[in-house]
Amino acid sequence: MSVTEGSNGAASPAALSGHTRAEIDQWIARFPPGRQRSAVIAALRAAQEQNQGYLTPPLMDAVAAYLQLPPIQVYEVASFYSMFETHPCGRHHVSVCTNISCMLRGGEALLAHVERRLGIRVGESTPDGRIFLKQEEECLAACTGAPMMMVDHVYHEHLSNDAVDRILDELK
Amino acid sequence: MSAEFVNVEVNGVAVRAPKGEMIIRVTDAHGAYIPRFCYHDKLPIAANCRMCLVEVEKAPKPLPACATPVTEGMKIHTRSPKAIAAQKATMEFLLINHPLDCPICDQGGECELQDLAVGFGRDISRYQERKRVVKDQSLGPLVSTDMTRCIHCTRCVRFGQEIAGIQELGTTGRGENMQIGTFIERSVDHELSGNIIDLCPVGALNSKPFRFQARAWEMTQHPLVSPHDGVGSRLYGHVLRGRLMRVVPQPCEEINETWISDRDRFGYEGLASADRLTVPRVRASNGQWHDADWDSALDAMAKGLRAASAGRGAAGAGFMAHASCTLEELYLLGRVAEGLGSSNIDHRLRQRDFRDQGGDPAAPTIGLAIADVDGLDGVFIVGSNLRAELPLLAHRVRKAARRGAAVSFLNPRSYECLFPVAHVLLANPARMLTELAAVLAAALEAAGAGAPAALEQLLANARPAAAHRAIAAALGKGKRAIWLGALALRHSAYGELRALARELARVTGATLGELAEGANAAGAYLAGCVPHRAPAGTARASYGRNAREMLEEPLPGYLLLGVEPWADGLQPHTLATLERARFVGAITPFASPAMLQVAHVLLPAAAFAETSGTYVNLEGRWQSFAGAARAPGSARPAWKILRVLGNLLDLAGFDYQSSDMVRDELRAAVERAPRVGYESRFAPARPDLVEALRDLSMYRVDPVLRRAPSLQQTRAGQAGDVEFPS
Repeated sequence: MSVTEGSNGAASPAALSGHTRAEIDQWIARFPPGRQRSAVIAALRAAQEQNQGYLTPPLMDAVAAYLQLPPIQVYEVASFYSMFETHPCGRHHVSVCTNISCMLRGGEALLAHVERRLGIRVGESTPDGRIFLKQEEECLAACTGAPMMMVDHVYHEHLSNDAVDRILDELK
Repeated sequence: MSAEFVNVEVNGVAVRAPKGEMIIRVTDAHGAYIPRFCYHDKLPIAANCRMCLVEVEKAPKPLPACATPVTEGMKIHTRSPKAIAAQKATMEFLLINHPLDCPICDQGGECELQDLAVGFGRDISRYQERKRVVKDQSLGPLVSTDMTRCIHCTRCVRFGQEIAGIQELGTTGRGENMQIGTFIERSVDHELSGNIIDLCPVGALNSKPFRFQARAWEMTQHPLVSPHDGVGSRLYGHVLRGRLMRVVPQPCEEINETWISDRDRFGYEGLASADRLTVPRVRASNGQWHDADWDSALDAMAKGLRAASAGRGAAGAGFMAHASCTLEELYLLGRVAEGLGSSNIDHRLRQRDFRDQGGDPAAPTIGLAIADVDGLDGVFIVGSNLRAELPLLAHRVRKAARRGAAVSFLNPRSYECLFPVAHVLLANPARMLTELAAVLAAALEAAGAGAPAALEQLLANARPAAAHRAIAAALGKGKRAIWLGALALRHSAYGELRALARELARVTGATLGELAEGANAAGAYLAGCVPHRAPAGTARASYGRNAREMLEEPLPGYLLLGVEPWADGLQPHTLATLERARFVGAITPFASPAMLQVAHVLLPAAAFAETSGTYVNLEGRWQSFAGAARAPGSARPAWKILRVLGNLLDLAGFDYQSSDMVRDELRAAVERAPRVGYESRFAPARPDLVEALRDLSMYRVDPVLRRAPSLQQTRAGQAGDVEFPS
């Protein structure tokens, strides 16, 4: 039985690389047949990785076409989760925690230092496209290591200004 | 006591309710109103507005009535202090971000939020902070957006998922940044998308053509019936000072549920077209048009028709009408034709093959009630762009398909259906015969029957493959139907297609139906607006000329009723043929340049919503309606024009006082007429030549739609006709 429900006929999955498709395929395989919608988060993560850390409408349409979903269902997920960026941004995603434990241990001063050093505000990227100071990161559950920041999904704890400088300088 | 029922108490009153029913349905059924925004009878439950919170004894906190099933012994309080406090608190939250722009909001006066705010809102907002503002997106020419007013009930989103079958709107972002929209600006294009205007409980989604035109409380509401397709959707027309301002659905479970198609909703715009005819016009012998009074124009019409018919018998005047004319108009047109001794009368302007018209049923029908389409187990549709032809029938088929019905198509191209399709047979117009024959061969094979002699030639080369066998098998069980769509009706070998489909229906036991075009095709048959049948469906002794013949060979005169044959028909050189006629009269709401080119007398007729009348839909339901709006200028209802014309032609029995009298006369005749099986004198044969097929844009099928500007701006309106070479 060929199912045409939900297909929009316009987008093509051509924008996805072979590597990205292989990644999505193994996620689709984890869910029952016909439930490929469950793989949309993993698929968007793979697509975002392929594109230096942010999603574009053609990429999201490609994911939709690949998973046979209406594009809007992919936009919904991509715009909902903070781990997806739908606008161009820097390669490395840096987020400094300013929630209660980190705030008590100097997280806000640390964030101010990072902003000064990179010359950008939260939510902006450096002009060379190297670092994206991601917006809105609340408690990342590393209170024992406060103050902390996350760089590309890696936690850095017990931070000082010097330690932050070292970490940021190492980012290529 | 049956296990499927439970006993609950609603506000202290004992109530028996089906087990598992949601509280809100139980309370609705027992007249205890609970406020709601996101809940809608026809949509899946979301429970995201929280307005329907009620108190349930022993539950620790208020429960959403729309998402809580009733259980045995449940005691529900919809108006207790706890319930009301919860509802008021929800209202306060909803109003935090809602703008106070009711005076400039089109929804004002018919707004669910406004109404409920009177009952559940506070006089003064305690919210001091900044309100949220949302940028508007353009959703195309039909739906206007003011998204700051949105309360995130997601009815429009769920409509896309559940009813339309394609989700065009979604919720993007989260928390305070959540928005309803398309994310990337694109229009909503589905043919039912206008329904989100009705679903929206606030003023976020409104009708774009109606924007700032009138206030809800200024207008009067009049029941109408859709003039655009054979479903016969029930409508309400909203009229201000005699002018039809907008059209909304009239709920009717048996036909359109609570939906209408976009062309039903926005087609009314065509009534205000610039080429609307408001006074009778007559063309002088020097070719100049001049306005005339009714008397002289009617005289000119009678004279012209008489001259074109006198003593000519079968070669007399030709009468053509649009299938969206009312039953009364078509019947009186037939009586005028009869009075002038002509049976050259037809409404089937897009049909190409009339060889088997003797075998037509009394009136085209889908063969079952529209509401029963939901319950079909198998349906095989031959030659139909179903969503464009009959949007609400397509919606019913979609419901059946989602229930598991096997829906299959035989089409010259693949149309996007937005529901699971079992099989699609693709074939160019000539090969459609072979493919249908292969399905029949598969059915005969399964039944162990031989090919009937009449169809032997068509079945000779039929080689059923797996798909043909599967389609035939799906027609063998449960409730099943075979439909011939508009593309089959326009096929130049329609006779053969129907002969094959008839045999397929006979072998499989499926019902055969025809999706005839136009709102009143069934009525046109019953009214005798066909060359082979007199009124009430009795066969004529000798057939008159059909629409194709009338437009191939010029007749001395023509009377056009609400039809523009050059645009409504498919016959090439129509204008040239009409120009060669000595006399062309038209009873028409519109006078286009083409009309002025061919006609000699124009009588301005009332159009949709301006006249009383009756439509018979494709399930055979007679639906009468009264006139709602005033016809512009001195335009008159066409049945009155025809009555006077009958009198001027000295025909007997033309003294009807109302359109009801016309209808009742015909109705009585139809009830008296014997239900006869019509004799088909048609011998199917392999056709030498199959003509190209044409698929018309869904917004160009009748004169009113062609003049509706907003519909013409949609994607479907911009799309051209599609021609399938044979």
